[in-house]
Amino acid sequence: MVNGPGSHAEPFLALLRELGITFATGVPCSSLKDVFVRLEREPADRYVPAVREDAALGFAAGAWLGGRKAAVFMQNSGLGVCVNSLAQLHVHYGIPCLLVVSWRGYGGKDAPEHLVSAGVMFKILDALEIAHETLEPERMDAQVRALAARMESERRPVALVVPPGVFE
Amino acid sequence: MKRWDAIAALRPLLGDALVVACNGMIGRDLWATGDRPQHFYMIGSMGLASSIGLGLALSRPKRRVVVLDGDGNVLMNLGGLANVAAARPPNLTHVVLDNGTHASTGDQKTISKGVALEEIARVAGYRTVHRCIEGEDVAVAARALFSAGGPAMLLVEVEPGNQAKPPRVGIDARDLALRFREAATS
Repeated sequence: MVNGPGSHAEPFLALLRELGITFATGVPCSSLKDVFVRLEREPADRYVPAVREDAALGFAAGAWLGGRKAAVFMQNSGLGVCVNSLAQLHVHYGIPCLLVVSWRGYGGKDAPEHLVSAGVMFKILDALEIAHETLEPERMDAQVRALAARMESERRPVALVVPPGVFE
Repeated sequence: MKRWDAIAALRPLLGDALVVACNGMIGRDLWATGDRPQHFYMIGSMGLASSIGLGLALSRPKRRVVVLDGDGNVLMNLGGLANVAAARPPNLTHVVLDNGTHASTGDQKTISKGVALEEIARVAGYRTVHRCIEGEDVAVAARALFSAGGPAMLLVEVEPGNQAKPPRVGIDARDLALRFREAATS
């Protein structure tokens, strides 16, 4: 695989398209910027820039109720904002959704507020029983396919955790 | 006007619209008027009815989407209202039943008295807004809004208080979501 700017974002978004995940929304993170620069080129019914992460979950739920499959992109700080919406909307109603969550605070090297978010990220996902994979670029295809299959078969949200450097 | 009387007056005007009702008493009032597969009763996730309505309206552009919302819900997610305004879905009608209280937790006051939610919507970019004041015919106002270009907001002033024994939504959440999705895509 060619290394360099956007080298993983392009095949990742192509894979989502192949899997029928045609609705994207979320709140940007610098660790996801190669994805967002591409999402911003999408038409307005395929990418909605959200004011907050929980509103993004609402858009994604509506898109699924309207017959589509959705992905929600956010920084791990946004996961805290989403707890109630994930519990009472996606988990309760059985609404599939691919969460793509950046891992700020990775390796303990980041601004102090990110270290706090990093410390609770997996606990939040596990508490909500949200299956998650930490993205490894060389295994991306298999990881994303497995998560997408699981969110459909179990009708639950699933999460792909993205370490720094993959999409930036 | 009572909230449930306003909802009963709106009910025959919905046609085959996809309806998202917010949590609390509004969903229960809608359920009491008679269930149908095109109703999504949001239980919990307070604030998100308009956001669900936006994702739905963008995904089913040929269907009319009606959000039955309350002042407490709109205030909790004012940013979501900005997202609706920015996306400008022409098929979305946002009905806000404003009683100035959180009805399902004991009628505690919201801050909507003195905060004109329909004006916030208009300035944000909703195409059409209307405040239906006490004594005005809600059905006439709703017909006008439903035929106007969206996103449109109809704010209906209603009295605080609840029905004596409002029924709870009597359908499993997972079943409800699937039933609604089938109604939305058929």
